[in-house]
Amino acid sequence: MAKFDYNDDSVVVVIGSGAGGGTLSNELCQKGIKVVCLEAGARQSSASFINDEWKSFSQLAWLDPRTTSGSWRIAKDFAGLPAWICKTVGGTTTHWAGASLRFQEHEFRTRQVYGDLAGANLLDWPLTLDELEPYYAKAEDKMGVTRTNGIPGLPGNNNFKIMYAGAKKLGYAEVHTGRMAINSQPRDGRGRCMQLGFCFQGCKSGAKWSTLYTEIPKAEATGNFELRPESHVTRIEHNAEGKVNAVVYFDKNGNEHRQKARIVCVAGNSIESPRLLLMSASNMFKDGLANSSGQVGRNYMRHMTGSVYAAFKDPVHMYRGTTMAGIVRDEARHDTRRGFVGGYELETLSLGVPFMAAFLDPGKWGADFAWWMEHYSQLAGMWIVGEDMPRETNRVTLNTNVKDKWGNPVPNVHFDDHPNDMAMREHAFSQGEKIYQAAGAIRTYRTPPYPSTHNLGTNRMSAKASDGVVNKWGQAHDINNLFVSDGSQFTTGGSENPTLTIVTLAIRQADYIVKQMKERAI
Amino acid sequence: MRVIPIGAETGIQADASGCDEESGVVQKVNMPLVRREFLKGTGILFGSIASGSVLAALAPSNAWALELKTLTSDEGKVLMAMGRTLYPHKKLPDAVYALLAKDLDGGANSNAATAKLLKDGVASLNKAAGGDFSKLTHDQRLAIIHPMEDTPFFGKVRGQCITSLYDNDMAFAAFGYPGSAWEKGGYITRGFQDLKWLPNPPAEASPPPFLG
Repeated sequence: MAKFDYNDDSVVVVIGSGAGGGTLSNELCQKGIKVVCLEAGARQSSASFINDEWKSFSQLAWLDPRTTSGSWRIAKDFAGLPAWICKTVGGTTTHWAGASLRFQEHEFRTRQVYGDLAGANLLDWPLTLDELEPYYAKAEDKMGVTRTNGIPGLPGNNNFKIMYAGAKKLGYAEVHTGRMAINSQPRDGRGRCMQLGFCFQGCKSGAKWSTLYTEIPKAEATGNFELRPESHVTRIEHNAEGKVNAVVYFDKNGNEHRQKARIVCVAGNSIESPRLLLMSASNMFKDGLANSSGQVGRNYMRHMTGSVYAAFKDPVHMYRGTTMAGIVRDEARHDTRRGFVGGYELETLSLGVPFMAAFLDPGKWGADFAWWMEHYSQLAGMWIVGEDMPRETNRVTLNTNVKDKWGNPVPNVHFDDHPNDMAMREHAFSQGEKIYQAAGAIRTYRTPPYPSTHNLGTNRMSAKASDGVVNKWGQAHDINNLFVSDGSQFTTGGSENPTLTIVTLAIRQADYIVKQMKERAI
Repeated sequence: MRVIPIGAETGIQADASGCDEESGVVQKVNMPLVRREFLKGTGILFGSIASGSVLAALAPSNAWALELKTLTSDEGKVLMAMGRTLYPHKKLPDAVYALLAKDLDGGANSNAATAKLLKDGVASLNKAAGGDFSKLTHDQRLAIIHPMEDTPFFGKVRGQCITSLYDNDMAFAAFGYPGSAWEKGGYITRGFQDLKWLPNPPAEASPPPFLG
């Protein structure tokens, strides 16, 4: 691994090492660009991951203080934990389940296709599926996505058998073990999935793609990369011309450092990225960096989610094998006859006993709750993930009443479901229940959304500078050497799990940055 | 506090060979035991695990005891009774509900406000019971607890129940959850697709596992 001087102003500083930051770092390093990656979390490994839900949560989750507001149930049940995302090298790619789905063509132009929905701030992406397809292909190859590049699908577990049987009885057509960035056979120096179960707790076999043990060591091998774990960024600085030129951060001992930079790429996920831009306000940029549109922090999306659990009279043991073991894709289409715009995916999901107790129905108690826990080994489960509507009022702001340990205002996450989100959730709950009833369920349960894992949209892409924060390359409209490289650049959320698209955009962004650097444009 | 783990560290293997087993079985059951002569605390809770239960099979001894540092034995018993009222599990022995009392006591020991919240809460339960809340029937206890649902005391105890009652090896064993599996090679050869009461999906939907 390289070591760069704090005053080396030729480096690209990437903030965050997850799907966006980790991928971008490696792509730049492979092309000969010097990169300093500042990661707030510590470095773990497959060996140090803990397959125990609460212990792993303490090891990997982002637990710095946050606040919540709005009518979403999270604000009541998990007031200090709006999101279940990670603070560790590799970011949330340590925790994700591996589902790797391309956006559908119409999901890049929802304003056009869905129309002008009251209370929604829909906008077309400034790019198309056609433009992204070559990069989607690169991302799928990089990540080893099953059912692409000749890679076989994963074997389905018991949880999937139930989903499959029920979905087929209902007449669903596209039901399979998914497109997963989990090795179904050895590939890229990593072994095949051992069906350990604990995908959310960090993959101890390394079969699931994570930047922690793919992109990051590959970047380190180039000699162009310096990773600085446990480096918490608090401010991005700029020069008199309004170009960013340094990043200020605290190391693990609480010492403040200033790393100079030619280019800064922000990839701290959709809560921290806008927070950092807002905290970097200056005399020149009074509302925060890259915020002439006023859109930084707005249009926060979290996907329309929910879960359906079902109890059967016979054993299931859903915890055995991959957490997200299969998918029903038929409802991902846009079809307003269902009473809403956009669509959703149904994906199997399983929790262990500790997290089932915490998340089945937060706050619930009594004999009925106990009944569900006692039937744990007879439960099957699925997660609903659908497109939610961007709203200007759903936003990340700085809460100046609450300070973190570095003395900075914590982010407040405000969210109200759009009526379209509620209509879609109702439909999805109902279809999920029907799937399980068709498979013989004795009871079904509607579980409310977990703290958000798909956090999107708070630095949205737009064709016009007045509509959003970054252009089609993730480059800030206002500051041409400042980039956003994570899911916060999504203009709208689509119905698909976002990681594949984040990685795709990062690969594409790296090409653009290299070209711009060669042309001395930045 | 001297802690004697119940359950040998080795020799008990989770039986995951079939889908028809009654439950998964885990190795470690860390049930703290204290000996009377070591007691320096304010209270002690003790009991025994019914012989014949799945948990008793794991333990070298059926007896358990644990020490409280701030709460009294009577307060501990009321909190145990409240836990069992909120989350009634015939499958769970009192030893699990004692973990709730122990964890709440730990909070009380490190925070005076928590201690007052718990002691006042227990007193209000006993007052409503006209005596010892823990001696009431389940339905009588429910009737007392229901009106308290929005109080901070209720919230504190209920929230603690989630981790105290459900994140321990005895609960895992009782509910059939083996926990970590990588040490045993995961489930790729140990029943991840052994469900027999539904037909297998076709290979295009669920290809066979790669076994090298």
